[in-house]
Amino acid sequence: MYPLAFAIVAGLWEAYKAIGPKRGGDVLGVRLLARTDDRSMPHVWQMFQRLSKPEVRGGQQTVARVVADATWYSFRVALVAFVVGTLLGLALAVVMARFKWAERALMPYLAVSQTVPIIVLAPLLVTLLTYAHKSWGEQRWLAAALLGVFLAFFPVAVSTLRGLQSVQPAQLELMDSYAAGWWKTLFKLRFPSAVPYIAPALRLAGAAAVVGVVVAEISIGLRFGVGRLVLSYGQEATTDPPKLFTAVFGAAVLGLIMALLIVAIDKLMMRNRPAENT
Amino acid sequence: MTDQHSPTDHRGEFSPAPAVEVTAVSKVFNVGKTDRVDALVDVDLIVKPGEFVSLIGPSGCGKSTLLRLIADLLQPTQGLIRVNGKIAKEARIDQDYGMAFQQSGLFEWRTVSRNIELPLELKCWDKAKRRQRSAEMLDLVKLSDFAEHMPWQLSGGMQQRVAIARALAAHPKLLLMDEPFGALDEMTREHMQAELLRICEETGTTVIFVTHSIPEAVYLADRVVVMSPRPGRITKIVDVALGDHRDDATRLGTSFFDSVREVREALRQIEAAALDEQYGVSDAPAASAPRGIEDR
Repeated sequence: MYPLAFAIVAGLWEAYKAIGPKRGGDVLGVRLLARTDDRSMPHVWQMFQRLSKPEVRGGQQTVARVVADATWYSFRVALVAFVVGTLLGLALAVVMARFKWAERALMPYLAVSQTVPIIVLAPLLVTLLTYAHKSWGEQRWLAAALLGVFLAFFPVAVSTLRGLQSVQPAQLELMDSYAAGWWKTLFKLRFPSAVPYIAPALRLAGAAAVVGVVVAEISIGLRFGVGRLVLSYGQEATTDPPKLFTAVFGAAVLGLIMALLIVAIDKLMMRNRPAENT
Repeated sequence: MTDQHSPTDHRGEFSPAPAVEVTAVSKVFNVGKTDRVDALVDVDLIVKPGEFVSLIGPSGCGKSTLLRLIADLLQPTQGLIRVNGKIAKEARIDQDYGMAFQQSGLFEWRTVSRNIELPLELKCWDKAKRRQRSAEMLDLVKLSDFAEHMPWQLSGGMQQRVAIARALAAHPKLLLMDEPFGALDEMTREHMQAELLRICEETGTTVIFVTHSIPEAVYLADRVVVMSPRPGRITKIVDVALGDHRDDATRLGTSFFDSVREVREALRQIEAAALDEQYGVSDAPAASAPRGIEDR
């Protein structure tokens, strides 16, 4: 499916480039149509050609190599963000399920937290980390990962809480009749019942972790990451237009790997479940 | 109470502790609030070991509440409940009873046999012992071929059989059932009733069975406890003299119909009394069974 989707996007790109106005165009007096000249919209094959050439004139490494390294680096940071964010979300959901007052106290703040513009938050995080411990601030990736966590935990917390609360009353009575305590009920009944709620939340968390990390990389200028590459290649776009798009490929592949990973986790979690839940 | 059993039976010998002993129990919901409900008032009931007792009555008569009080899922406002001679809470902690509900409540992420193992798992039995017991229970409910199936692959009647196997897995002496066949079609239901009687005969389990079907209550029970609503109380206990062995022919016999009629009349009196209270008429129409009662 993914190669097909790519082919369709590439096809649309080239089709528009062929028929669209060279210098851009107006729709009802509004400047809306993008320029299609080679500087603004390089051909798809030019982007691929650029991948195999050296990154800088006379340099050793190809662009493909640099983009792949940066993507791999960002993926690892995003993976940390996804895992930590998921665990944090699960933990918060358990606390909120256990204590009604915790749900009332926390939920509004969790919701508001998601409205904070992350591009502002990233440099602030670096400052705070440096303030807390000098070596933490120097570990720039930590700030990017934290931002990913910040975005990833929310869907997991909200969905897991709903899942934990969606248990059939008869099943709860059953666990009561076995004199099973709250924790046993949590692990034997509530968590397994919440799985159909948690699985789709993980997809959102994975996407959020990637977005958080890439945006943080751009915002704090984290070296090595694909976000930084998008930024620096963008600055060369006037002289070397296809180069920017190689970094965009990297970011797309990053999202793709994360999505595939989570589909695999999802399949694993939802095995042996009735089909209507998948 | 019309039919109280003393601790000594009719031959004067001392009998073992009652399976269930409910003494002067009242249950009030929402005490001290405007929506206060007297769910049960001054209920006494003694169930002997091995006995099958049906609880029947119109909606809101507190029959499910009484079952949950015996199960210690609710606490009585007043009175005392003993199960196997123990306080209800101790009996629950010791898993002295098994429970089955209208919804089978099977865990959809567990195979049939692992569902049956659940109570054993919570009792910390080791795996081999659990496997062996669940195989025995599957044999008992005739579902051995479905051990590794998932619950949602089974029909409603089969799911309910698994739920019964789960309730009996730890070999409790008492089985509490809350309209377990209420969601099944009539044919499956009659089949399940026969299966339940066979299982009880094989295991010697005491059963308290909540239903709102008169024929079901009569077919299954040694005694049918008729309850009335607002406030919930026991109005009559009907002894069913159908013997220990019952089959499809039993449903066509005169003594079956006699008992059905006796239960139905007791329920009509409740309905008449309710209408009397509501409208101040004494000769209320008694042509139909009370609301919420299946007269099939």
